[in-house]
Amino acid sequence: MQAFTTVDSVLIPLDRANVDTDAIIPKQFLKTIERQGLGKFLFFDWRYRNGNLGEENPDFVLNDPRYRGAQVLLTRQNFGCGSSREHAPWALADYGIRAIIAPSFADIFANNCVQNGILLISLPQEQIDSLFAATQTEPVQVHIDLAAEELRLDSGRRYAFSIAPGAKHKLLHGLDDIELTLGHAAAIRAYEQQRRQQMPWLFREEARHG
Amino acid sequence: MLGTDTTEMAGKTLYDKLWEQHEVLREADGRTLLYIDRQLLHEVTSPQAFSGLRAAGRRLWRIDANIATADHNVPTTDRAAGITDETSRLQVETLDRNCAEFGVEEFGMLDQRQGIVHVIAPEQGLTLPGMTVVCGDSHTATHGALGALAFGIGTTEVEHVLATQCLWTRKSKNMRVWVEGSLPRGVSAKDLVLAIIGEIGTAGGTGHAIEFAGPAIEALSIEGRMTLCNMAIEAGARSGMVAPDALTFAYLQGRPYAPQGALWERAVAFWQGLHSDPDAHFDREVRIDASALSPQVSWGTSPEMVLPIDACIPDPATAPDPVRREAWQRALRYMDLRPGTPISELQVDKVFIGSCTNGRIEDLRAAAEVVRGKRKADSVRAVLVVPGSGLVKAQAEAEGLDEIFRAAGFEWREPGCSMCLAMNADRLEPGERCAATSNRNFEGRQGAGGRTHLVSPAMAAAAAIAGHFVDVRQLSA
Repeated sequence: MQAFTTVDSVLIPLDRANVDTDAIIPKQFLKTIERQGLGKFLFFDWRYRNGNLGEENPDFVLNDPRYRGAQVLLTRQNFGCGSSREHAPWALADYGIRAIIAPSFADIFANNCVQNGILLISLPQEQIDSLFAATQTEPVQVHIDLAAEELRLDSGRRYAFSIAPGAKHKLLHGLDDIELTLGHAAAIRAYEQQRRQQMPWLFREEARHG
Repeated sequence: MLGTDTTEMAGKTLYDKLWEQHEVLREADGRTLLYIDRQLLHEVTSPQAFSGLRAAGRRLWRIDANIATADHNVPTTDRAAGITDETSRLQVETLDRNCAEFGVEEFGMLDQRQGIVHVIAPEQGLTLPGMTVVCGDSHTATHGALGALAFGIGTTEVEHVLATQCLWTRKSKNMRVWVEGSLPRGVSAKDLVLAIIGEIGTAGGTGHAIEFAGPAIEALSIEGRMTLCNMAIEAGARSGMVAPDALTFAYLQGRPYAPQGALWERAVAFWQGLHSDPDAHFDREVRIDASALSPQVSWGTSPEMVLPIDACIPDPATAPDPVRREAWQRALRYMDLRPGTPISELQVDKVFIGSCTNGRIEDLRAAAEVVRGKRKADSVRAVLVVPGSGLVKAQAEAEGLDEIFRAAGFEWREPGCSMCLAMNADRLEPGERCAATSNRNFEGRQGAGGRTHLVSPAMAAAAAIAGHFVDVRQLSA
């Protein structure tokens, strides 16, 4: 997983609330058995016309030349609601999105982002409104510093954000959880052993022969 | 098993108890390694997890904790013909191969026990009260109906559970939805959950685990409770739950994977303690009066855009804030609706009865009761009835429900997710309007350009007969 330290990018203003995972990556692209290659299908129904990859919708923000190659999405509340498909962060990451700024995010989506090196920044509604207002006049360049938990605009304006220490550590170092967890194998075994004695019905062999 | 220091003095909620019983260890910052009793696997969100294990040379931590089936991609027509879509077939075959290689029990496409994961696990007794249940699917919340802590996860987490039987996670806040009174005739668990989402919004439960409680919940059947908990995620909550009671135990007793004999008695004795203490603290509480509810119909592109059947399409000018005004306008454009139009005047092109929300036997009975002796309106192009599992299908056929549907001009299909998310061949054409018993009405959910209205099975059946939405209580009167 790619580590996240700092990112400099223009903000992509996606002014919609409740953007769902079906919109981020429609179901026809969930048939893949790979993690890579979903970026070109990101926001498929909004980004292309007539379901055709060759026919970009010029009205959609990602197709605006000013935002090409930008890595930070600015959006509205409850971003990522809907299904648990990790294909949504896979598509965002594959497209090149490194951070998303919104008033709030859906829970499962937020978890999936941390697993894929995408930083989610929750800011109060007024600050989101002011960022959207700033993007109305001209593209806004931001600098995100995860270690400092700070977002800085070219204008000098600063926004502090906070992130759970565990998620921060994971993002900063691009860590894979499994190796870390297996370091606790003895604790898991001990727990499991105790449980097997107290609640044997939770273990299939025991349940059948009880 | 660790206790939670901060709540030792106060009573505990059902969620607190389930959480504490599964803590393997907790970091200083609250991150908890939670033990997972059951993982359900399906073809869409598992292939990358298995390939991750293979690449790292890892084995499964505990094979018997997992169960697999293919549901999202499977055809609902003749199974013997196999899957024609190549990518769908590859995904289903990949699941078969992964299960064989790693030793996971799978209910294959031709097995009668195959069906939607959230229908088959309770049906088989694979979900039990007090368990933690996960699946790479957001509707895993369904299993909370049996008093389990159940939630959806992403594929990286699926891999993590396969390899360690645990998940790193953080405790949610406690929320209780207390439902008083009793549901009027013709008003179901689906109408109740739609009304709850309409009330609290699709982000209303974000960051919370929801416990549904109160007289109206106790009166619900287990299948009704599953419908309710299933859509906790549409209210923003990863998990919904109902405390297990005598109904729960009666539902589970004798199911193939449920404990038997002396072990059953021991399990029930333990399960009886799984309820919120009278002095438990909830961070948020919502009260709903079931007696005041009518059948619900969603009108927009978010499940919170929902109204009673006798209402009219709302005017965005009356939206409570600018963000919602914009969302309502967009929804009305997408749904091709005008403010002020009575919902009962909306004509439907297709009807879908099924899904993990409403694909169980009681749902099919409720639909059949409305349909018996009637025919679908000529203007309705197709009505798909898709049972949630092979066993639900067999039960419905034993009761003659398939005959009632066929006589009405409905299509009687094989089990799977089908037109809830249209990953297989069952889908809406652009512009088609559908009465659906599923759970999401997002843009393009049932097919690009398709327009979904979420309703109960009885309301879907009534719309199929009338050709437009109608209060099922008037149709059957």
